[in-house]
Amino acid sequence: MESRRFVVQGIFILIGLIFLIKLFGLQVADTSYQFKAERNIIQPIVEYPFRGLIYDRNKKPIVYNEPIYDLMVVPKDVEVIDTLAFCDLLQITPTEYVERLTTAREYSRVKPSSFLQKISHQEYARIQDKLYNYRGFFVNPRTVRRYTTPVLANELGYIAEIDPDELEQDSTGYYKSGDHIGKTGLEKSYETLLRGQRGVSYKMVNVNGIEKGSYKNGAYDTASVPGRNLVSTIDLDLQKYGESLMEGKRGSIVAIEPSSGEIIAMVSSPSYDPNDLTGRDFSKNYELIAADTTDPLFNRAIMAKYAPGSIFKTVQAMIALDKGLIRADEEIFCNVATARMGDHAASGYYDVAKGIEFSSNTYFYEVMRRVVRQGVSPNLFIDSKLGLSEWTESVRKFGFGNQLGIDIPGETIGTVPDTTLYNEMHGRHRWGYTGIYSLSIGQGELEVTPIQVANLAAIIANKGYYYTPHLVKGIEKNGEIDPLEFDKINVSEDTSYFPAIYEGMARAAKRAWRARISDIEILGKTGTVENGIKDESKDHSVFMAFAPREDPQIAIAVYVENAGWGAGAAAVTASLMIEKHLRGYIKNGTVREKFILDAEFLNFDIEDN
Amino acid sequence: MRREGGLLGGLDWTTVLLYLALVIWGWFNIYASVYDPETVTNILDISLSSGKQLLWIGTAVILIALILIIDFRIYESFAPILYLLFIVLLLAVLVVGTKVNGARAWFQIGAFRLQPSEFAKFATALVLAKYISGTNVKLTNFRNQFVSVIILLVPVGLILVQPDAGSAMVFFALLIPLYREGFPALYIITGLTIISLLILTYLITKIYLIIGVGVFMALIILLVDKSRKRIIPVVLIGIMSVGFIFAADYLYQDVLKDYQRSRIDAILKPNTVDKQAEGWNLEQSKIAIGSGGISGKGFLNGTQTKFGYVPEQSTDFIFSTLAEERGWIGSLLLIALFLTLLLRIIHIAERQKYKFARMYGYSVAAIIFFHFTVNIAMTIGLFPVVGIPLPFFSYGGSSLWSFTIMLFVLLKIDMHRSQVLMRS
Repeated sequence: MESRRFVVQGIFILIGLIFLIKLFGLQVADTSYQFKAERNIIQPIVEYPFRGLIYDRNKKPIVYNEPIYDLMVVPKDVEVIDTLAFCDLLQITPTEYVERLTTAREYSRVKPSSFLQKISHQEYARIQDKLYNYRGFFVNPRTVRRYTTPVLANELGYIAEIDPDELEQDSTGYYKSGDHIGKTGLEKSYETLLRGQRGVSYKMVNVNGIEKGSYKNGAYDTASVPGRNLVSTIDLDLQKYGESLMEGKRGSIVAIEPSSGEIIAMVSSPSYDPNDLTGRDFSKNYELIAADTTDPLFNRAIMAKYAPGSIFKTVQAMIALDKGLIRADEEIFCNVATARMGDHAASGYYDVAKGIEFSSNTYFYEVMRRVVRQGVSPNLFIDSKLGLSEWTESVRKFGFGNQLGIDIPGETIGTVPDTTLYNEMHGRHRWGYTGIYSLSIGQGELEVTPIQVANLAAIIANKGYYYTPHLVKGIEKNGEIDPLEFDKINVSEDTSYFPAIYEGMARAAKRAWRARISDIEILGKTGTVENGIKDESKDHSVFMAFAPREDPQIAIAVYVENAGWGAGAAAVTASLMIEKHLRGYIKNGTVREKFILDAEFLNFDIEDN
Repeated sequence: MRREGGLLGGLDWTTVLLYLALVIWGWFNIYASVYDPETVTNILDISLSSGKQLLWIGTAVILIALILIIDFRIYESFAPILYLLFIVLLLAVLVVGTKVNGARAWFQIGAFRLQPSEFAKFATALVLAKYISGTNVKLTNFRNQFVSVIILLVPVGLILVQPDAGSAMVFFALLIPLYREGFPALYIITGLTIISLLILTYLITKIYLIIGVGVFMALIILLVDKSRKRIIPVVLIGIMSVGFIFAADYLYQDVLKDYQRSRIDAILKPNTVDKQAEGWNLEQSKIAIGSGGISGKGFLNGTQTKFGYVPEQSTDFIFSTLAEERGWIGSLLLIALFLTLLLRIIHIAERQKYKFARMYGYSVAAIIFFHFTVNIAMTIGLFPVVGIPLPFFSYGGSSLWSFTIMLFVLLKIDMHRSQVLMRS
């Protein structure tokens, strides 16, 4: 039996070796346990910075963050002696109390979870004093977006929880499920500036989730960077005034400072109160707003397309003048009797200014004909094709048929017809000027947006150039504004003919007598756009203008749908906006304001144009 | 020449040093496992396990002194009385014992608790040794085999009633000294075969296993034993195996408790076990050990053990604390310490000239070996989680005392081995 000693010793050594091999596998060869260990103990605590504020051009706050509070509970610590009094304080029923506590307990007995969410500041003030009576509860502050004035809803946009699609598209990997992100408007386009940079601190937690200090003394922690404050180009007072004028109507106003491209006001009506899409009732309100048939989420100023109508005559004049195909003082005889199109203007000699003043269809038929039929080719069809190509290119230079590049998403490009379009419609070499001349007075296949028209007013005001229209001037930096750069785009080669355009628009504006202001000269052009629906409702009223003549401060486009002629609702609205901007208040404007606010324009039929 | 005189004459200092190394290292690890970085903790703080363990260590030293003073002969003479005393205590604990973790296994004395099953091992080892060393007792004799197994099974049965399967299992370690003294290897091999069959039944579809057994038996008959003399016993063994295969189901489903089943599942079928629930202990223990790397996170820097992810860390899972903070090198050192101690004990046992002393020496080695093996195996996922401590290392007075007594009684007997020779 002596030899059995070696068997026993052998077994001892064998077991030792098995352990060492297995341990080598666990501890040295398999590194996954290191990760698992860190996953166990490290809990990243995300610190969300304050989202940037948005100011108007005069540094008045538009968007700010309002503190709200979540009432948190640690079920293990809960000590509520008088449940009824507690429920009364929180304005919940005892059943709710039990339910909420059960939910929290199911999540964890020792980790805090939210008991009541999004308590307003006022409610919090009421609860705060008495909360110390109840152990196990504490308050976690957060913020929600708030708006000083319920305007600019579609321009500012809203923020909401990131959805799975957005999460998937996020190539930066910044966002996590549950994060909030700008969905539309400025909140979306300036998202990265506004949101700042979230900070993370890594805490060590024990098995019960209780914090046990920072991981590696905070070596991997990152501090949160607060969001940047934006200074908008909007004049909040003017904006408010514009929205009040458009109240109860459909349409839009876009007002631009010509010298900079800054949008002073942008109204789209109907709209909604931006405060509705924030905080506790977001989902409920969003459903209501999205289901509204008047489509308050549709930003007409940049998304609605209309035929440009008579305002487009200014573009026709500028194209022909720039190419030298007409001269500003050239008198062209217009015989209304033999004209292809009906005309409100009388027969006679017209130059550029007079053509614009009386919005002569016959005159602009001829102006565009000279661009399209330049006689380069003896073949009528080829000649028209070459001419139209040039015309299309010129029109596009004004920003039509393209996005202007405004700093909010959703801009519609509109339509500028080109040779391809007519080739498709009529066939190659099967069309000439006679098939497309309705373009000359802004009808036909042309489609433009209100912002493009406001930009057109700015181009004329600037005598041939514009800055990309924008809603944000710059970023606040230590109380100063760090301005953003925007492109300057030249439209015209020659500026010598602009006095004639100015003169035509000055005289045209005067003909819209309701819009006249005794001491401010407005240079404008009315337009009337068929609403496309052959029913009893009226045409859309359109007015494009700028003022004053010397050093123009404001270029504006006003669209009032189904409001009749341009000289009515749109022109008066524009005049009020211009006066408000230039003077700061409305002088002797009661009649004009009443005309708009009470929608009196609906009672008037066709007036002079 | 060995010194004969003096109280410590002939004491095996190698073993004493190994013992001290394990106890002191264990003490530091107990401190590491209860250490809380947020509150300033003192290793001597009596409210902590480390403080209490120091008390246990102090009293263990007193026990050692007593053992060295007391005449070595009483262990052999009093073995039967001691055995009977512990049988009574094991019965008593079932009545007046305190329930801890579901087992009525503890006597509560003030703030301290004692576990009689820890000491019953010692008594059983002594009485078995005494029985084996008796004249006319031969382990090749079936009657003697039967008696020794009965001596073994009585405490096992009582401990199973508590119920404490882990502690009961330890008694089977005494099969090692029995084997050394001539207990037929066939029994042990048969036992291990049955266990293997049970495990295989659990892992493999029954029909394949039965076919496998059949093929194996056929091969034995055809290749090994051409005389066909033993066809009948081989066939019988085959039939018995098949019986065990069917018995396994019953054993697994009706005898084992739910928690025992899930602990077995955690080892054999790790994918079926929820790592957040039944599989938690093992998974967390593996994470703690695995995250230690080669050289560990450093003393008191183990995060998994410090933050309570590993349960029972100062007692049954003490190895995970060591492995996390000292890494593979630390594990290697600990395993080397244990193996050195075990081989040293075998060496001491073999130099005894008297059967009782040798048998007892082997028993000490076997019990330490069994604890060491099962304890470490369960922390690294080689054995189901069973609540038995790591000798000398784990927190706990009963465990430390009983291992100290067992070891030093052996050393005391060893000191007097030349006297024994004269007597017999």
